[in-house]
Amino acid sequence: MNAFAALLTALERARSTGRKLELLTAYFKGAPAGDAAWALHLLTGRRPQRIASGPELRRWLGEATGLSEAVLEATYAHVGDLAETLALVLPPPPADITAPETSLQALLEETLAPLRGAGAETRKRALLALWRAYPQAPRLWLNKLITGGLRVGVGEGLTLRALGQAFGLDPAVLQHRWMIPQPPSAAAFEALVNPDNATLHWAAPYPFCLAQPLRDGALPPHPSTAVLAEWKWDGVRCQLVRREGNTALWSRGRERLEDRFPELAAAAEGLPEGTVLDGELLAWAEDGPGPFVELSRRLQRKRVTAALQRAVPVRFMAYDLLELNGEDLRPQPLAQRRQCLEALLTPSPAPALTFSPRLDNTSWESLMALRADARSQAVEGLMLKHEGSAYESGRRHQSWWKWKLDPETVDAVLLYAQPGHGRRANLYTDFTFAVWDRGALVPLAKAYSGLDEATLERLDHWIRRNTKERFGPVRSVTPTLVFELAFDSAHAAPRRKAGMALRFPRIHRWREDLTIEDADELETLKARLLPHG
Amino acid sequence: MTTPLLTLTDRGLHCPDGDFTIDPWRKVDRAIITHGHGDHARNGMGHYWTAAPGVPILRKRLGQYSPVEGVPYGERRAFGPVTISFHPAGHILGSAQVRVQRGDEVWVVTGDFKREPDPTCAPFEPVLCDVLVTEATFAYPIYQWPHPDTVMEEIYAWWQRCAAEDRPAVLYTYALGKAQRILAGLNAFSREPVWLHGAIDGLTRLYRDAGVTMIPTVPVSEMPRSDRGAGRLILAPPSAAGSKWAKRFRGASTGFASGWMQVRGTRRRKGYDEGFVLSDHADWPGLLRTVEDSGAKRVLATHGHTDALLAHLQGLGIEAQALATPYGDTEDG
Repeated sequence: MNAFAALLTALERARSTGRKLELLTAYFKGAPAGDAAWALHLLTGRRPQRIASGPELRRWLGEATGLSEAVLEATYAHVGDLAETLALVLPPPPADITAPETSLQALLEETLAPLRGAGAETRKRALLALWRAYPQAPRLWLNKLITGGLRVGVGEGLTLRALGQAFGLDPAVLQHRWMIPQPPSAAAFEALVNPDNATLHWAAPYPFCLAQPLRDGALPPHPSTAVLAEWKWDGVRCQLVRREGNTALWSRGRERLEDRFPELAAAAEGLPEGTVLDGELLAWAEDGPGPFVELSRRLQRKRVTAALQRAVPVRFMAYDLLELNGEDLRPQPLAQRRQCLEALLTPSPAPALTFSPRLDNTSWESLMALRADARSQAVEGLMLKHEGSAYESGRRHQSWWKWKLDPETVDAVLLYAQPGHGRRANLYTDFTFAVWDRGALVPLAKAYSGLDEATLERLDHWIRRNTKERFGPVRSVTPTLVFELAFDSAHAAPRRKAGMALRFPRIHRWREDLTIEDADELETLKARLLPHG
Repeated sequence: MTTPLLTLTDRGLHCPDGDFTIDPWRKVDRAIITHGHGDHARNGMGHYWTAAPGVPILRKRLGQYSPVEGVPYGERRAFGPVTISFHPAGHILGSAQVRVQRGDEVWVVTGDFKREPDPTCAPFEPVLCDVLVTEATFAYPIYQWPHPDTVMEEIYAWWQRCAAEDRPAVLYTYALGKAQRILAGLNAFSREPVWLHGAIDGLTRLYRDAGVTMIPTVPVSEMPRSDRGAGRLILAPPSAAGSKWAKRFRGASTGFASGWMQVRGTRRRKGYDEGFVLSDHADWPGLLRTVEDSGAKRVLATHGHTDALLAHLQGLGIEAQALATPYGDTEDG
């Protein structure tokens, strides 16, 4: 645990990607396989289940320190991070005591795992003992494991790069192996990093190729006719794998989805052995894509009912063919892959399995006109891919672009604020915004990102001075400030107070020129944004 | 009912019977100053009284001929029916608590204070009172200062690491008090001169004049322009961070010494390479100990971060309230 805690502390202080890579590589080189397996699991964003709830931890902290609930509540609000509050409020262990040598694997598997679901008294005794044993710095990370709130700002890509460097593996090979999720164990880790391991699971998808955004009116540096244009569908990116008489449907988050979409599994049976399609999973109404929220209804259910299948039909819209008859097509130019794809899916083996149509690319003007019409097609914009491009696994392609719609905007009033996490732990950065509904302000959206550091500091100051009430870490503020929020789309949400919800809301700018009376009306927003009234 | 001994007005903490104001932030005739930091000692008052060792600092801030009168620690002065005296607060050189007495009623205004050892000023002296007006800058139980010797070791080790890598080590610190405390602390480790930003150099001279022993120092302005400070420790105020002045120290590792460095969010946000937890304010145990030592039955807390402290004191059966003052706006932790 100590080496892992030291790694996390150092990563948090590292100012450059190069330094982070160095730290991660050194850790993977030195760690025993069992520890490295867990570290990889945690660093790539998998979180352990929490062992105790926030209120339980605060109660035990109160008992351990003799501090009242009111004091701890105020302190937690000041720090904004429970794991850190716990680490700092508890007295440091005596200087002559060194942290236990327990390995990360042993701590997680032998100490923490059995506590999950154990009685409150058992968990409390165990945690108090752990708190007493560890100095403040590792104690923080220990608490993050206990609360299930560990987040490390390194990302999967960087972690895998480091792992590849540590074991001298080709990043493409490692990323391909990585596509099959494994529970953390020494054996699985050794198989993952063994340079001589040639076996790959039948269901393994390929690492996804990603596109880069087109910004500020820029266009790709090619004639439009050299670029394949398609709609940018608003669904879930997936790979459909057909091998050895079996079907697997993978999300980009390495999740198997075929059991949730039996109609797609059935459709895939018509594909030849050794086929891998890259495409978009969509809810499908009669004549076009349904809203994303419809698809969520299907995604939430692990076992789908016939009624839900009928209520929310889906479609796999294939846009690339990565493997055919067991042959890896990724190095071939897109034009060729595309030809094979269209031939393969004409006629389509089932209505649920089609390919994404090409759009008219005779000129950039015609494409601009199509993009302008994208909202009425219920898509997010256009995808542009150079006809000669290979399928580059696991990174942003230099010749693939997503050309999104300009966002919608709304002027809304700041109502609640909450501290962020990590670097923003005691800074108010998570905001709830409201709009007018018959003379009252109703919460419409939460937004976190979009303001620069200096503005956040200024806003934090303002929030602390204009707090009306506190609810744990959340503060309500006197409605005064207006912000312009950008968002991709809106949908009806009957359980929300506003009756609607925004997709990907973010703060566009602080409208210091507006007063709260200038904020938008809910009724006009609904009329503008919700298609069915 | 008699008038309260001290009351908060729009000018400061005012004593109606003695007609003086403690650390006023707007113009008054008679000002009692706890210490020379900018949020406590402001220009434009008719007459100033402060603890004798603080006079040179106050004159430097307010002007050489400003009407400042020094009063030795412990000596009593009468203002009408009210007597006052200054008692060491351990915050910076010349910092004082102000004891205010009328008949047998005693109030103490701590000003800024700390309980940790500091070789640059007289140590905090507990004073018994009925009402304690205390600062509450770091009034949360997460603030429990490490021993200052440990922090000095950390600063020295960082400097040596930078020297080994042939880089400058630029330590940002408040120019008055904290900087000199670090210079005094480093004296135990080295005789290698530390470079000072102009804002720190002048104040450090005052400390030397007062007989405080510190590591040798040189003003950056006296070093040849071509010397980029590799291997040097350089002290500068936080306002110099990112400035043209700081660009000279190419490839520098930067550090910040402040109590706020205890919290990881602040530490990361400030963007310094190193954060050293070193404060001239009382930590949570220091605040509680001071309330206890004072024997006060009533506590008034200033500086804003008062909610946890008030809740805790009320739990102990002590009457506790917040006083809204503009102190601590500079967050001089």
